[in-house]
Amino acid sequence: MTDAPVIGVLALQGDVREHLIALAAADVVARPVRRPEELAEVDGLVLPGGESTTISKLAVLFGVMEPLRARVRGGMPVYGTCAGMIMLADKILDPRSGQETVGGIDMIVRRNAFGRQNESFEAAVDVDGVEGDPVEGVFIRAPWVESVGAGAEVLAEYDGHIVAVRQGNALATSFHPELTGDHRVHALFVDMVRAERTAESL
Amino acid sequence: MSSTLSTPQNPETGTARVKRGMAEQLKGGVIMDVVTPEQAKIAEDAGAVAVMALERVPADIRKDGGVARMSDPDMIEGIIEAVSIPVMAKSRIGHFVEAQVLQSLGVDYIDESEVLTPADEVNHSDKWAFTTPFVCGATNLGEALRRIAEGAAMIRSKGEAGTGNVVEAVRHLRQIKNEMARLRGYDNHELYAAAKELRAPYELVKEVAELGKLPVVLFSAGGVATPADAALMRQLGAEGVFVGSGIFKSGDPAKRAAAIVKATTFYDDPKIIADASRNLGEAMVGINCDVLPESERYANRGW
Repeated sequence: MTDAPVIGVLALQGDVREHLIALAAADVVARPVRRPEELAEVDGLVLPGGESTTISKLAVLFGVMEPLRARVRGGMPVYGTCAGMIMLADKILDPRSGQETVGGIDMIVRRNAFGRQNESFEAAVDVDGVEGDPVEGVFIRAPWVESVGAGAEVLAEYDGHIVAVRQGNALATSFHPELTGDHRVHALFVDMVRAERTAESL
Repeated sequence: MSSTLSTPQNPETGTARVKRGMAEQLKGGVIMDVVTPEQAKIAEDAGAVAVMALERVPADIRKDGGVARMSDPDMIEGIIEAVSIPVMAKSRIGHFVEAQVLQSLGVDYIDESEVLTPADEVNHSDKWAFTTPFVCGATNLGEALRRIAEGAAMIRSKGEAGTGNVVEAVRHLRQIKNEMARLRGYDNHELYAAAKELRAPYELVKEVAELGKLPVVLFSAGGVATPADAALMRQLGAEGVFVGSGIFKSGDPAKRAAAIVKATTFYDDPKIIADASRNLGEAMVGINCDVLPESERYANRGW
């Protein structure tokens, strides 16, 4: 028996592989999650980048949405990048018809706020809780956070817009650390998962 | 919070990472050909990760004959307005002005496509010159790497568009995967000769030998008509699928589109694929590729 935490990546659609690689680099057992029974076996979950409308529809269709909400409410650590950030928002501006979110962070998110693909960009971003140099932020048709509630902590802004947020055990970034080979944000999330496991075992 | 947090630091657009990263976000998904805003909405509601805006689906291009070109900007803009998912559009091979126009319209990806009539029989467009990323078709590894050398940020196996017949898609994807697997076994000496044989840049050949995969996302296209077809391409190693004529040339497009999305996500679960395959109505009739004359094979376009 290994004592490494098991962290899942929601694998309905999106850049799952890159998250699995980033997590594996942080000494955890990383595995894809597509079904409710697979969700039940993980200590934490990453909601990857992808198309938020597609991921949301598939999550509802295959019965993952409700169990996922329950686990997030129950305090399971969860980290969302880009589409994953949208999934963690309690509210989205201008959702597509029927687009549901998991929720978990008291924030309002604007989809594709930084523009279409031609406006997608890379820039250095300082993230609270990540030591050393700024992280390389890769923003792809990225959302930003319009506003956060009292319980949510802003970890980073770019050009006056909120691009990283944490509330309790839920973490979200507009950008994609999984595409850079710099795994410090994933390490921050893994620390959250380890802390939660320690707290539970007490 | 410190004031440095909100200082913008020279954003860079159109980088290889941003272009290739965009395709990473499409993985595990289905990209659907649409010819109207209404079809685009049906595709989005069915769970498509992107739509390909074009005037005629390949099956109709085949039927109508004549020169097939970039679509009307009004039509592309209508589709961009209608949906929030990414919108792709096709330029002719080597027609870099059509590509410039598509970039100016704000499409999210340009498909330099053999489905349209080539504009240049020697040169493909210089795709590094664009902010908008490109996807290109390939029938083998050398072709894929030549497109990547020209700046393609995503590759799709070509298949034979507009036939509803998956046989060519399987042939091309297997070819690419087999050639990549062979490179894995080569030592450094052999990679130079391999590059020469593949007619591809040595650096890219070496990168594939090390990664065991392309340095960009690989989708499959050309002939997918059923949920099982989509799952087959995924099991053969495609990271996602393009579906052209197969959806809107079928009896019940909304239902078939949703079914293909499900089968693409659960490509390794036959029970889910079986459920997705029930009562879909008429599939597109399809064409047997072996009766297709060489001159009508789109996969032969591009080099």
